[in-house]
Amino acid sequence: MAGTALPGRLIWQAATVSAVRAETPSARTIVLDIPDWPGHLPGQHLDLRLTAEDGYSAQRSYSIASDWPGAGPVEITVQRLEDGEVSPYLTDVVEPGDRIELRGPIGGWFVWRSAQPAPVLLVAGGSGVVPLMSMIRERGRLRARQPFRLIYSVRTPEDASFAGELRRRVRDDPGLDVHFVYTRKTPDGWPAPPKRIDVATLNSHGWPPDFAPDVFVCGPTSFVETAADILVALGHDPSKVRTERFGGG
Amino acid sequence: MGIISRGFGGRRRDSAPDLPPGQYLTQDFPVLSAGPTPRIPLDRWSFTITTETGRKHTWDWAEFTALPAEEITRDIHCVTKWSKLGTTWKGVSLDTLFEDVETAADYVMAHSKGGYTTNVPLQDLLDGQAWIAYEFDGEPLDPEHGGPARLLIPHLYFWKSAKWVNGLEMMHEDEPGFWEAAGYHTYGDPWLEQRYQGD
Ligand SMILES: Cc1cc2nc3c(=O)[nH]c(=O)nc-3n(C[C@H](O)[C@H](O)[C@H](O)COP(=O)(O)OP(=O)(O)OC[C@H]3O[C@@H](n4cnc5c(N)ncnc54)[C@H](O)[C@@H]3O)c2cc1C
Repeated sequence: MAGTALPGRLIWQAATVSAVRAETPSARTIVLDIPDWPGHLPGQHLDLRLTAEDGYSAQRSYSIASDWPGAGPVEITVQRLEDGEVSPYLTDVVEPGDRIELRGPIGGWFVWRSAQPAPVLLVAGGSGVVPLMSMIRERGRLRARQPFRLIYSVRTPEDASFAGELRRRVRDDPGLDVHFVYTRKTPDGWPAPPKRIDVATLNSHGWPPDFAPDVFVCGPTSFVETAADILVALGHDPSKVRTERFGGG
Repeated sequence: MGIISRGFGGRRRDSAPDLPPGQYLTQDFPVLSAGPTPRIPLDRWSFTITTETGRKHTWDWAEFTALPAEEITRDIHCVTKWSKLGTTWKGVSLDTLFEDVETAADYVMAHSKGGYTTNVPLQDLLDGQAWIAYEFDGEPLDPEHGGPARLLIPHLYFWKSAKWVNGLEMMHEDEPGFWEAAGYHTYGDPWLEQRYQGD
């Protein structure tokens, strides 16, 4: 596809963890130095492969959280699933200096290209914010003019990744709005009780379908199903609603 | 091959029988789709095979479900790494659907509601290898999983098993479909780990 960062062939390579950073009590950003990274578009992911001493290995996909200014490290942000095989290793065991095998970038559809003039609606459930954060960061760096709205559903205020950075960007990046939905516990003084994302949320905090926004919905499968169904019911063109389902129920 | 991941044990190894490389077992039924799930009323459903000469063979829901159906039990493998063993389906074999279709073309583009496409060689669809499935686990197929009916080609990665399928178009040359143009492999054999372009 024209304009994607897809190389002809995706080769496994060893990246080095250069830093780790807690985002929430259960999510962590891992900063990766990748010697031979061809660059990526916001929204793409990479595949990561862990190998045990006896050769047993496990692969998983992780979205790229960082933007790509043409050089520099690549960041992923991983949410711990308590009974998971790979995510607790990444959130609790990995340390700077460790080497991790990966390949990428992958995916030519769930990407935002800064040449697309339409306004953008981002809808995130939990760790689904990760690829959307890459889009927000890219927009900020390019000082792109397309207005962005992010609707970000989290259980509690403590579960919001990138909360500080989002606050700062809402102040400094003109045309960026962020609206939180809290499903279990709201911050003190929040005007509404906890609730799941619904028609009212997407109606009042998204763009009207008439604006023909590019919509990106990402998160656990059930969240994406719900949000995408509502968007279509509100009149958004299904072909403008791009989805990435992370799995789970 | 593979550098050792310090301190990685692997929790799911006991549940990893004979899986294609890089896959792990799941009991769930995860979903991979590029957009919202379309809801297709049965009275508006149809399925069409279009040959390279433009000849069309079309079935509506009543005609389609009146065709001889088969019970199918197969393992399925998704490019996002999960595999599911012994899934059971009911559907119409493509051998049945192609019985009266005359074609000299070797490739097929599967079309789905919403404009998604995926390409498959015709020889992978025939000889008991592929179906249009409309039941999963004894129940009508969920829209989320491609209902009312989806292509089922269990020997290829599961994105080839186009959800919400509504037609097959014969082609002389192999052309990339939607996922393939977005970077996935043109053929997609899980045992050769053909996930992405160039694998
Ligand atoms: C394209 C893509 C991009 C992804 N990007 C990210 C990302 O940026 N950050 C991130 O944290 N994860 C991301 N994921 C999910 C990630 O690939 C793993 O599935 C996740 O980390 C769980 O792996 P695990 O080995 O810990 O759990 P597993 O051992 O695979 O599974 C543990 C249990 O949790 C369930 N489960 C699996 N995934 C989820 C989920 N998302 N929510 C709830 N339950 C689930 C499983 O069904 C299983 O029962 C992405 C997935 C895809 C397909």
